[in-house]
Amino acid sequence: MSVFKKPGTPLAESTHAVKRTPGQTRRLSSWIIAGILVLASILFFIVAGDDWFAIVNNTLIAALAALALNVLSGYTGQISLGHAFFMAIGAYTAALLGGMSPSSPLDPQGFALPWIIWLPAAGIVAALVGALVGPTALRLKGFYLGIVTLALVFIGHYIFLNLSAVTGGSPGRTFPVPAIGTNTFDQQNTYFGVLLTSGQQYFLLILPVLVLASVFVSNVMRSRTGRAFRAVRDHEVGASMMGVNLFEAKMGAFLLSSFLAGIAGALFASYNSYVIPDYWDLTLSVQFVAAIIIGGAASVWGSLLGAAFVFGLPQVIDHFSLLPPPSGNGGLSSGDLNTLLYGALIILFLLFEPGGMVGLIGRFQRLGRKKASFNAEGGDPAEITDLSSDNHRFIHSE
Amino acid sequence: MAYFLQLTFAGIALGSIYALISLGFSLIFKSSGVINFAQGELLLVGAYIVAAGVFEWHLPFLLALLLGIVVTVLIGLLFERVILRHMIGRPTFSILMVTIGLDTILLTSVIVIWGSQPLPAASPFGVTSGFNLDGVHFASNDLWTIGITIVLCALLFGFFRFTRYGLAMRATALDQEAALAVGIPIRRIYALAWGMAAGIATLGGVFLAISSFVITPTLGSAALLAFPAIILGGLDSVSGAVVGGIIIGLALDITAGYESAFASVLGAGFHDIMPYLIMILVLLIRPYGLFGSRKVERL
Repeated sequence: MSVFKKPGTPLAESTHAVKRTPGQTRRLSSWIIAGILVLASILFFIVAGDDWFAIVNNTLIAALAALALNVLSGYTGQISLGHAFFMAIGAYTAALLGGMSPSSPLDPQGFALPWIIWLPAAGIVAALVGALVGPTALRLKGFYLGIVTLALVFIGHYIFLNLSAVTGGSPGRTFPVPAIGTNTFDQQNTYFGVLLTSGQQYFLLILPVLVLASVFVSNVMRSRTGRAFRAVRDHEVGASMMGVNLFEAKMGAFLLSSFLAGIAGALFASYNSYVIPDYWDLTLSVQFVAAIIIGGAASVWGSLLGAAFVFGLPQVIDHFSLLPPPSGNGGLSSGDLNTLLYGALIILFLLFEPGGMVGLIGRFQRLGRKKASFNAEGGDPAEITDLSSDNHRFIHSE
Repeated sequence: MAYFLQLTFAGIALGSIYALISLGFSLIFKSSGVINFAQGELLLVGAYIVAAGVFEWHLPFLLALLLGIVVTVLIGLLFERVILRHMIGRPTFSILMVTIGLDTILLTSVIVIWGSQPLPAASPFGVTSGFNLDGVHFASNDLWTIGITIVLCALLFGFFRFTRYGLAMRATALDQEAALAVGIPIRRIYALAWGMAAGIATLGGVFLAISSFVITPTLGSAALLAFPAIILGGLDSVSGAVVGGIIIGLALDITAGYESAFASVLGAGFHDIMPYLIMILVLLIRPYGLFGSRKVERL
């Protein structure tokens, strides 16, 4: 934007030293929100017990996976029901590289490498598999792409069941636990005189990964590449007329999405230590699609909110034993209630607020702002987080 | 040889069930362009109501079947009327997800009401009855499935060919705006398609339940195999759906019958992914299916 500035023109911030522009107010409020979140995480970290860490850590991992799907479906508009497959690829890569060496010939393989190797490798291998599948799958559009990625889940399930040297076959296998030196994360350890529980150690690993991924994704989406992604979503032909290479843009989104999904899969399997191949099924994929629709498509915060709703809420309900556990004889369990809720919410949000929870929040904000002052702004609700303050700063600096 | 004939017969019977499910899909897609992911759970709800009608409420089979069809048709009509009608013109992804939402609600409702334990399948004849001919067992369920599928296809053919509404439906499929312009009540056509699809789903569900002797909540996932079937046949082709369904059923049964003898290297459950492999192959060569119409994109 510096291109548009006359030389010598003072920055917008300094000309409006007293009166804040809406863009600045917005930035200020987002700093406040960030501050509150940091304080809340610190408070949570000190106060919470490991049962709460189980809920929060699993939700954060789900948020990472939802973010990954959002890159592909929310920002780039490519339907994928194969998300569970890429998470599984990541998980099994981690298992193969980081798992214990087999003590008997029937045990699944493992090379016992440290997590600093298997965690990135999980993402890289998932992205490589994405690169293998992408050229075929991305030739197709809309519904067809959805069905091919659905086929991926079934083909993957068949492979995972039969490749028992890596996956342990249908009984499943254990997954590696990250460790620093001799301190493994599955038990409490002392670091510099501070005793940390297993949940706290995992929290300190998972949260930075999620924050890093979120910052990366939101920066990418504000770049030329991200604009190309959204152009492809909004109008393929239009995008290609504007000089966007459709294949490159779709492939880029697909690779980034599978990379993050792989990391999320590895973290999930590691944190839960034991996973069977049946876990990576179509329901899991659908849950992530539900998460980004409920939270907000094309929004980093939406991924987090959606994951909290779809994956966190049932665990909270279970934690307080508000509903009986599933018995198989009918009756409402927490899982059932949650499934009913998210089924209904998918429909309601798509009908009334395609921007999801984030769109809903944005709508209230706009409503409040309209009442308070003069500067109401329109725009696509799905794009709330994408309207970077730069545009507005530019308008107000003139 | 008898083994092969047996597999072929069972495959055609299984394929007929997939054909029934696929028919529902392509009826809805053809008239309104909506991919109905909830078809599998409509089938599940239908099958459960029929079973509950026979075993819990002690209705005669045909009455229970009628009840099942009425309820699923009502669900289909209601969903179309209350929700889908407001989604016209929205992206494919959104419409697909709305039907997934319905799918989730129906499946969970079934689990909440009837539990996830298997229930016996309701059947007007002994589930194991049938006769042998030259070493090939013709199960009465399979014969009924094939028979009903043929009759339904003939009825549908007649409906599209000779009735006003059939003609109106074909016109709507061809060009919505033009159909509207010549005074075709498009909304009624959508409702009709949903009603027909839901009714056919119940029939498919009952046969599917009988062929596996019991009903469990996972029954609906069999409808996922209708996706390869309709893609094989071409999304917008009703006869293609039937042919696609039968091909998928045959491929599934014959692979299942021979995989342990000839391809044990492939491991267990290879037949389960056979339909998807065929589908991917077809998508690579003819993305519009064997009978579908090639789509021309205009700017």
